[in-house]
Amino acid sequence: MSNDYTSSEAHPIQVSHETARPYELSDVVPPSETNFIKVDDFRFFYGKKEVLHGINLEIPSRRVTSFIGPSGCGKSTLLRNFNRMNELIPGVRHEGDITIHGTSIFDPSVEVIALRRRIGMVFQKSNPFPMSIYGNIVYPLRIAGQGDRSMLDETVERCLRSAALWDEVKDRLHESALGLSGGQMQRLCIARAIASRPEILLMDEPCSALDPIATAKVEELIIELKRDFTIIIVTHNMHQASRVSELTAFFYLGNLVEFDETRKIFTNPSKLQTEEYITGRFG
Amino acid sequence: MMKPESRHFFSSPKGKTSFYRMLRNRFLTGLCIALSLLTLFPLISIVILVIRNGLPLISMNLFTQLSPAPGLEGGGFGNAIMGTLVMVCISLLLAVPLGILSAVYINEYAPVSPVSSAVRFVAKLLTGIPSIICGVFAFAAVVMTSQHFSAIAGGVALAILILPIILLTSEQALMGVSVSYREASYGVGATPFQTIWRIVLPDAMPAIMTGIMLAVSRAAGETAPVLFTALFSQNWITSVFEPTASLSVLIYNFASLPYAYHIKLAWSASLVLVTLVTLTNILAQMIFSPKQR
Amino acid sequence: MRTRIGGVPILNTGTLSPLTPEYRRNPDFFKGACQLACILTILLLAFIFGEILLKAWPAIHQFGFGFITGTQWSPNRGVFGVLPVLIGTVESSFLALLVALPLGLSIALFISEDFLPNSLRQFIRFVVELLAAIPSVVYGLWGVFVVIPLVQKYGTILSDHFGFLPLFAGPAYGNSLLTASLVLALMVLPTITAISRSSLVVVPYSLREGSYALGATRWETILGVILPTASPGIVASAILAFGRAMGETMAVAMLIGNSQRLSWSLLSPSNTLSALLANQFSEADGIQISALMYAAALLVALTLVVNIAGAMVLRQTQRATSVLR
Repeated sequence: MSNDYTSSEAHPIQVSHETARPYELSDVVPPSETNFIKVDDFRFFYGKKEVLHGINLEIPSRRVTSFIGPSGCGKSTLLRNFNRMNELIPGVRHEGDITIHGTSIFDPSVEVIALRRRIGMVFQKSNPFPMSIYGNIVYPLRIAGQGDRSMLDETVERCLRSAALWDEVKDRLHESALGLSGGQMQRLCIARAIASRPEILLMDEPCSALDPIATAKVEELIIELKRDFTIIIVTHNMHQASRVSELTAFFYLGNLVEFDETRKIFTNPSKLQTEEYITGRFG
Repeated sequence: MMKPESRHFFSSPKGKTSFYRMLRNRFLTGLCIALSLLTLFPLISIVILVIRNGLPLISMNLFTQLSPAPGLEGGGFGNAIMGTLVMVCISLLLAVPLGILSAVYINEYAPVSPVSSAVRFVAKLLTGIPSIICGVFAFAAVVMTSQHFSAIAGGVALAILILPIILLTSEQALMGVSVSYREASYGVGATPFQTIWRIVLPDAMPAIMTGIMLAVSRAAGETAPVLFTALFSQNWITSVFEPTASLSVLIYNFASLPYAYHIKLAWSASLVLVTLVTLTNILAQMIFSPKQR
Repeated sequence: MRTRIGGVPILNTGTLSPLTPEYRRNPDFFKGACQLACILTILLLAFIFGEILLKAWPAIHQFGFGFITGTQWSPNRGVFGVLPVLIGTVESSFLALLVALPLGLSIALFISEDFLPNSLRQFIRFVVELLAAIPSVVYGLWGVFVVIPLVQKYGTILSDHFGFLPLFAGPAYGNSLLTASLVLALMVLPTITAISRSSLVVVPYSLREGSYALGATRWETILGVILPTASPGIVASAILAFGRAMGETMAVAMLIGNSQRLSWSLLSPSNTLSALLANQFSEADGIQISALMYAAALLVALTLVVNIAGAMVLRQTQRATSVLR
């Protein structure tokens, strides 16, 4: 494990370590926003296979950043490194560093438990626990030892309201979460992910298992949530990326090809690969 | 938004400290491993005692001679081994055809029919019935009718014990045969009988054999069904219509005798029985394993 | 290449073979045999229940419900009551479960989690399967020479210090309810482990992932999400293990002391239905046989109820977890 993190000053973004195209982020993000995720020459290996080839990336806070790219391009792998979920898989290793708020997430003093409490995650397939709706949301608080009833009640209402689910479920908070519809389950998972007041929300294709109406609701929610959270969303759906995100990173074969304002990526990409992917010629 | 308050961004949240949570995590892991390993002790104790107490007497005599009279030494339990084999064979003769044919019917001829669901239900009920009930039934149906304890009665009891094992494993085995084989066979104009007899059964045979081996190992080890159906005998078996010795009943009878030699014989019989049961089990797994891959 | 299939030339020589399938023309005797086997299997169960009830009828007729509530069992006087035996059956099985459930669950977790290298987990699993293969009577023999002395030794200490509690009232016997329960626990352990394990491994990985992503530790995940999700299966394993324990015969018959006297103490001899049958059948005659058949019928009824309950819970489990996948 390497901790060669050096400084957190704003660098020009390196689009790819081979073909760097300096570009200023300041037109989208005011320079004062220092709460960002910085990926520094990050390489990732499953066993001997290198799946991420030296990614350099800086993600600003309180923005929605989408990761797009064809299957197997490494976008989900990178996402799952932000909260170190990949460590659950045996035989993985990484080089380079990821820093958040200037702290390396791989630093020995970082507790992975605390890290994951600060970084919520929503998965491709909704995964409500087989307990009540209420129980699902207070789960992250209960495991952290918070048992104050009124505080829990307050959190449940706040999170369900944030996830635009409160009105639909407020009368059946103590019924099983498995009775909800697919879209409701996914919004419940979002509510659960924000219950411990994380600052970053990772979403791994959150709408891929949902119908169009449920998808629209979740997308609305994402736009709503960016006021309070730094959101990174992996998606296969390019329209979704263009609808919800302000920044878009395009990955291909384990490389970051292009990272720019979403508007620019979708209208005037600077790389041929990006353009071909956006226009549906491959991927 | 929360502002980072402590040492750095990812230090412990408020509430219970992570230290406490980590400690509890370690403790529970340790506890789980300790409890799991704890169960090794009785097993090791059983294996060691059976080998240590059973091995000294193991010789050819053990398999060829009769047990000594109480208080005397020398001799073995050839008749009990013989009796166990005879009764296991009787039970197989009864249960194997019944089990396999029933399995063929419920899987090949009429997978969804009242008869098939009834058979499955019966088989599952039979697996849950205590083994001694098989003995009670054989006692009522065979011993009380014929007025004799006999190897036949013991065999009947064991047959009831193993019937569900054979039936259910055979059904599983038949289910494992690829549908495309059946389609191919019907496609060239074969009858259901030809398909089952030439294609399905041969393909399912290894798995069915596994079930039969498991049944043998179960039947050989069971005591309760033969305890008061075959009873016991000090002599060689000459007819299946007379009381017959078996290894398991011998262990039960000799364990409570006050004679050291008989107790040693019980341990030796245990060693033979455990070896037999374990070997059949392993053999059963080996028959089936090449097919699974 | 064969030129003929079933005697019919492949080349069309002008006459088509009839289009009725062969099995319509010839009756399928094999199918008949299979059908017969099915009917025999079904009749067998009816025959088993019928035969036992028939032979128990004189006792049922003579003793009626009093057989179940009666506390005396003395064949010499023609008095038969199985209440102490019933209590012994339930009590010994319950105690066995109490010991076996934590152990079995630990092993199930141990072999479904990745605490230790896979080889060691497979070894433990093999060992537990081996436990299931050892014949009951060998457990009995081992119990006679290992557990009975242990219980006698520590039971005496227990009754000396805690004898004021009815559960540990002395004198401590080696052949006791406690001895039988301990060995029974070992015998039902594989049942608990196997069923619990299979309900643990079907807990979807996404739930585990979801819990870790919320900052839970491994054990918070196990206790908070995995065990609750698998709990119906674990309950089913406990119920089925209970059923098995009630039906276990030989080891119990060799260890429990075979006493039909009511006692609260774990350290005094007791009896179970199956041990009663094992000990008395071969020498019984007349009404005693009938009374034993009555007891056998009770045992069947008890285990059937327990097993059906277990199977129902298990089926419920499969239905419940299917929503998650």
